[in-house]
Amino acid sequence: MNGNGAFSSPSAGRVLTPFNLVTGIILLGGAAIVLLRFAKGLGATTNLSHTNPWGLWIGFDVMTGVALAAGGYVTSSAVYLFGLKEYKPVVRPAILTGFLGYALVVVGLIVDLGRPWRLPYPFVVQAGPTSALFEIALCVALYLATLFVEFTPAAFEWLGWRRWRKAVGAMTIALTIFGLILSTLHQSTLGAMYLVTPTKLHPLWYSPYLPVHFFISSAATGLSMVIFEGMLSHRIFNHQVEVSHEAFDRLTLGLAKAASIVLAIYFATKVLGLAQGDKWRLLATPMGLWFLLEVVGFVLLPCFLFALGVRDRRAGLVRFTALLVVVGVILNRLNVSIFAFNWTLPAEERYVPHWMEVWVTLSLVAAGLWAFRWIVNRMPILHEHPDYKGMH
Amino acid sequence: MYHTLQEFMHHTKGVSYVLGGLFLLAFIGLWLFLVGREDRR
Repeated sequence: MNGNGAFSSPSAGRVLTPFNLVTGIILLGGAAIVLLRFAKGLGATTNLSHTNPWGLWIGFDVMTGVALAAGGYVTSSAVYLFGLKEYKPVVRPAILTGFLGYALVVVGLIVDLGRPWRLPYPFVVQAGPTSALFEIALCVALYLATLFVEFTPAAFEWLGWRRWRKAVGAMTIALTIFGLILSTLHQSTLGAMYLVTPTKLHPLWYSPYLPVHFFISSAATGLSMVIFEGMLSHRIFNHQVEVSHEAFDRLTLGLAKAASIVLAIYFATKVLGLAQGDKWRLLATPMGLWFLLEVVGFVLLPCFLFALGVRDRRAGLVRFTALLVVVGVILNRLNVSIFAFNWTLPAEERYVPHWMEVWVTLSLVAAGLWAFRWIVNRMPILHEHPDYKGMH
Repeated sequence: MYHTLQEFMHHTKGVSYVLGGLFLLAFIGLWLFLVGREDRR
């Protein structure tokens, strides 16, 4: 550990690693495509059309990205509002993941929307307070700022700015409450946005409970992402982690217990959505089988596997299940925004992402990984700074 | 087959309430399954 409380990575100094090469190529290609998109427009780089104006950049980069970044509000609420202090070691990585996730959501949104100088227009030029999109824009902007402030204690400890660290530390509870309110609002409103599409979204996914589905599934995803990301961090940055394997397994099982209960509630609301519209007969169609794969394979099965893992104290099973939930929420958001959307169109008019859209999405993921690694290798994210032990 | 909105709502609400009750019972079962071995430990 150096004077700033940072650990030097065992691979520090090695630039030509396979990870750097692959992600570097993806990032360079992504930067070129983004330049092309701003120079030539959406038509040159995407398969978007008037029939399909929202594609992968909204379906994955925004809709899925926001859900995957939900670990921040889930863990900070558990620790600072519900007093579950034993989960403190997972708060900083979760907030960092959330902050980077939301930052990349905004980048993805700018790439999709274009004209980035108009980003503040909804707030300062022409507000649309009756629009779900306005609420999402306002909440995401405010929550990104909140996550940034929640992340700054680690940066201030690294920089040695004690007075700033103390000032931000005193705001922790207020920031957590504000973040929880904002997350409740925009996570659900992402689903509420689709309430205006009863004729376009397949009936199995369309439900008056869409906002509820989106919010509850975001909580389960947040918990699962914390488990999954914790596993990766413990393997990749194991020289930094101070929590013992036994203690980390205990935290993992505790998170899995909560995730199992949240998934059970989510499953119940999905089934009640079917009952409310009497949509049972649609389950016997090809789209119905696709729906069943999502709900049984990636909601009910993980709910049971989490419960089994907790009961038998099998942390490995829990970590595998967390990955299932992450895949499940990606599938769900892509189903709502792409696969089950405009489902009545003939095959030749259906949206299939252009390879450049996929490349930009991969670039955003790569950028997130690079930023996460850069910060974790310098700032006290996975360990406590020796000068601030027990302070956060 | 429904002929009126009243019939449709009557049927779907009825099914929803029954399912809601069953889910509440299932939640108790899940909780007991989750904490069953904790008590013994």
